[in-house]
Amino acid sequence: MKEKTPSKLEKILASGNLAVTSECGPPRGSDPEAIIEKANLIKDYVDAINITDNQTSVTRMCSLAACIRLKLMGLEPVLQMVTRDRNRIALQSDILGAASFDIHNMLCLSGDHQSFGDCASGQNVHDLDSMQLIQTVRRMRDEGKFIGGDEIKRPPKMFVGAAANPFADPFEIRVARLAKKVAAGAEFIQTQCIYNLDKFEKWMEGVRDRGLHEKVHILAGVTPFKSAGMARYMKNKVPGMDVPDEVVKRMSDRPKDKQAEEGINICVESIQRLKEIKGVHGFHVMAIEWEEKVPEIVQRAGLLPRPKM
Amino acid sequence: MIVAEKKPMEEVIKEIKDYKNILLLGCNECVTVCEAGGKKEVGILASALRMYFLNQGEEKRIDEVTLERQCDHEYLEEIRDRIDTYDAVLSLACGVGVQFMADKYVSIPVYPGVNTCFLGATEKRGLWTERCQACGQCILASTAGICPISRCAKRILNGPCGGSTNGKCEISKELDCAWQLIINRLKAMSRMDDYEILLDIKDWSSDRAGGPRKVVREDVQE
Ligand code: SF4
Ligand code: SF4
Repeated sequence: MKEKTPSKLEKILASGNLAVTSECGPPRGSDPEAIIEKANLIKDYVDAINITDNQTSVTRMCSLAACIRLKLMGLEPVLQMVTRDRNRIALQSDILGAASFDIHNMLCLSGDHQSFGDCASGQNVHDLDSMQLIQTVRRMRDEGKFIGGDEIKRPPKMFVGAAANPFADPFEIRVARLAKKVAAGAEFIQTQCIYNLDKFEKWMEGVRDRGLHEKVHILAGVTPFKSAGMARYMKNKVPGMDVPDEVVKRMSDRPKDKQAEEGINICVESIQRLKEIKGVHGFHVMAIEWEEKVPEIVQRAGLLPRPKM
Repeated sequence: MIVAEKKPMEEVIKEIKDYKNILLLGCNECVTVCEAGGKKEVGILASALRMYFLNQGEEKRIDEVTLERQCDHEYLEEIRDRIDTYDAVLSLACGVGVQFMADKYVSIPVYPGVNTCFLGATEKRGLWTERCQACGQCILASTAGICPISRCAKRILNGPCGGSTNGKCEISKELDCAWQLIINRLKAMSRMDDYEILLDIKDWSSDRAGGPRKVVREDVQE
């Protein structure tokens, strides 16, 4: 896969190194310190940092502004963009805004339904879907054209990513769905948190059977459990999440004060097993409101030092 | 058909309490089928209102009329000779009927008696579900005959999203995931290969987004 953008993430993946990304959720207020602090905790342990876009539909500081903060710190952001809140004018306009700050990575998502958040009575937009957003940004970059066909002066140079959930239903189309995203133009994939490794391996088998692992860089998503309660919550309450009973049990079998440590152990072991899977080109470590643990996870999983590009 | 549901009694009372001569106007079409505003519902509501105002010691005249259709000049004309004897009309037709009434009889206040909900079907008596959002450019040919615009909570044209679980939508365990239904039908028709056809960015200008719409057929106009 030849490099097409100045993205550092793309360079690392193209060089054959395992990439490591993580994510920060912007604050529910206007204080930039929250972002700066989180970024400082992880910056030497990851190659790029995703900034979530009003995740779980809860209103927060915008992803683009938080990405600019990272840029100002000399870091590499991945701009997450959901199609829930903006129409095609706003999406294209924000892509240009990001590109004007030389933000070079983007993750295209549909976003959780607004009923999960603090504005359940609001409208949703969904003018484009996530696949069409991928197509749009690829066209903006590769052809230098807006959706409407007009020419873009200084087209955005985005390395284009998408999410994949190998565990959502129906399972039989999960590989086909990835193929569709690749056909739309996705260049890297960050997966849903993986706890059911057997099922993930099965999915990757299907991915390799179709040669998709050679067309797109797959970063395996991992999230450490802080407690057995969190494991149960993720299992029962989060749509599209697959947490096997034995993983929940492993957490709940530990005394309360040892559960966080066990959560990290499970996460590190998962990465080690995932490293062996052909086609996994990196890791997306989502330590939700637990960023301080990212360095330990990355270090124990043998992913240090991070390559300099 | 258009599916509506009755407004709560308190809201209806609030709308009409200041009028003395009130016409309850039902419609014999969709709102009859979905049991929200047909002759039967007009009768029940009229009795309930009479009872309520009687208990309040208020004297009112509440008449009942149910037209064949309220979205049609011809039928709406049927009440022209008596409309001036009322102070207000409570229409149990869908929002279209209420507005047609308001357009035609400009000086008489008209109030909605139902909430107009969606274009849908009767799954069984007492259960109506949405099927169409009248986007003006039907794509059912590309989606195995199941409409993701009206039936997917995110109107995703290339679905499903990552929230689909056990065939249900991420927003509710009671709601089928439209994309699961599409895939089931593609499978049943042995057309699973079609799943990988990317649906283009939609032109929403024929949808609500393009402004109020109009269908013109000059060939049938008189
Ligand atoms: S595609 Fe449009 S016209 Fe066709 S059923 Fe869906 S909303 Fe209605
Ligand atoms: S779960 Fe299915 S119906 Fe619900 S938003 Fe996702 S794709 Fe649409």
